Amino acid sequence: MDKTPEQINQDLLRPLYHASWRFYVALVILGSLVAAAFFAWGYQIYNGIGVSGLDRPVFWAFYITNFVFWIGISHAGTLISAILRVSNATWRRPVTRCAEAITVFALSISAMFPLIHLGRPWLFFWLIPYPSERGIWPQFRSPLLWDFFAINTYLIGSVTFLLLPSFPDFALIRDRASGWRKKVYGIASLGWRGTPKQWHRLEMAMRIMAVAIIPVAVSVHTIVSWDFAMAPVPGWHSTIFGPYFVAGAIFSGIAALIIAMAMLRKLLHLEEYLKPIHFDYLGKLLLVMSLLWFYFVFAERLTTWYGNFPSEMAVFWVTQSGRFSKLFWTMIFCNFIIPVPILAIKNLRTKIGWTVVASIPVIVGMWLERFLIIVPSLSHKYLPYNFGTYRPSWVEITITIGTFAGMALLYLLFSRVFPIISIWELKLGLQKKVEAAPALASQEPATEQP
Amino acid sequence: MESIKGNEMNAIYGLYPDPDSAQRALNVLERAQGELGFQDRDIAVLSGEPYEEYGFGHRDHKTRMPWIAALGGVVGGLSGWWFVSFTQKSYPLISGGMHLVTKWSDGIITYELTMLGAILTTLFTLLILARIPDWSGRKLYDPAISNGKILIGVTNPPEKARGELGKRLLAAGAETVKEYAR
Repeated sequence: MDKTPEQINQDLLRPLYHASWRFYVALVILGSLVAAAFFAWGYQIYNGIGVSGLDRPVFWAFYITNFVFWIGISHAGTLISAILRVSNATWRRPVTRCAEAITVFALSISAMFPLIHLGRPWLFFWLIPYPSERGIWPQFRSPLLWDFFAINTYLIGSVTFLLLPSFPDFALIRDRASGWRKKVYGIASLGWRGTPKQWHRLEMAMRIMAVAIIPVAVSVHTIVSWDFAMAPVPGWHSTIFGPYFVAGAIFSGIAALIIAMAMLRKLLHLEEYLKPIHFDYLGKLLLVMSLLWFYFVFAERLTTWYGNFPSEMAVFWVTQSGRFSKLFWTMIFCNFIIPVPILAIKNLRTKIGWTVVASIPVIVGMWLERFLIIVPSLSHKYLPYNFGTYRPSWVEITITIGTFAGMALLYLLFSRVFPIISIWELKLGLQKKVEAAPALASQEPATEQP
Repeated sequence: MESIKGNEMNAIYGLYPDPDSAQRALNVLERAQGELGFQDRDIAVLSGEPYEEYGFGHRDHKTRMPWIAALGGVVGGLSGWWFVSFTQKSYPLISGGMHLVTKWSDGIITYELTMLGAILTTLFTLLILARIPDWSGRKLYDPAISNGKILIGVTNPPEKARGELGKRLLAAGAETVKEYAR
């Protein structure tokens, strides 16, 4: 592909100006599901948290599963994008903005779940560390408060990381648009002109941000894992929970990114920009994370089994061969048995359809993993008289479905407002001629061909 | 030569189709400073993408941004440490004889605020150093740069040098030479 800057502008700005009927149909369907989720939440607020399936001893279930799951998905973006920027991976250019958007939306969705889970969301400010005469807050010893700081730092960092490289693209739209678009994008571009000083400071800021955001992303999911690991609950009180959660988050994040990129490629006709080689590289990362995830699961379960503590073994057996075993083996199947062979065979991994086939079960499997960490432990905590069970209500199921629809809806709307590929970074890739390996030359992203 | 009328700020510039000709034009302007009576700071370069391989992309290259970000991180961290220590002492919880100020858990909040300090400082430093936002529309600009053109020119050139500047910008390979005034 030898495209001129003008052709690249036209290709990547087309989705901002033209929407097919499919867009509106998707908008209505996804919007309806989100509306249903809000109705369910309203129903819960009106009638009380009792309409959910939460009951003694399982007080954390679908909502906290969703919270942890969406935090994990948020690792798709900023963390992966930052790692690719720091390592100067040239193939990252068409991928980074797709990824960074996932982080912002997934993090926003996940941040809603503590509010939904509160039951009385109007008391949300109790989460915030303000001086209180009740003698309860500020409780800096609580991992829940650590969450508040970590998630907010990550959200602010991720939004900044998404917006900074967008200014030049907003300026590009401003220059080509007319009417209200010109005004809106003129404001959004902050008067960007493209002086060497501006470019250099922007690139320097992105480098600093990339370095800063990686440890923040790692800390966020580590702290989420400590919500569990700091409690002496069977199956939770583990030193490897931090890295285990981080690995799982990156794993599910890459799977989400592959699915999102494949959908964007198809719907927005970005075949010349999102190439099979991008899916191949991400597929390799997904393969590594699948193996790493399995390693953590094996290490965790082996030490539990070898230790043979009765309270730990109660949780172990209920997931291995008891009531939750179907979910457990489905998780193993989705996270390891399906993706590993597909991604290990080069002929399959280099085909976009197959990487998507490997990624969809990972999303299912990682949601199940979060569920299996939470519910079996809470329902089999120490003495058998305290054992219980959990069954989600229609309210929790509706809200869960609504969040998936909400994610897709936000992404759909985002692609109508932002160029989904960073245009100036793509053009920069045209300048930087890279030597492609001969075997990969036929698949190398066209913009980076020598 | 096209011209845009106005009276506050004026400039003469060429639009170049590729970085090689833009670099030639910059070299021409740098050599002509003394002769035509303008200074290095009057030379304007605008592009739709960064050009790291060319000299004109390296103007105003020096910055202390990483150090400023690190300082922001230190300030954020110290603020975080002060915040948790101060509130724990001011609103003491009953801790059963254990330490009131909990260093291990306070370290987490200190760490998060260190990173937040670095991130926010980077953002604000960028805004200040890149001089954005600026919606005044009074600065030299041409929308053609969005289509890949590179603008090289001189702001507020001496009146008598305008004709010669136009000729030299054109000779360096400009597709078009324009006058700008606001």
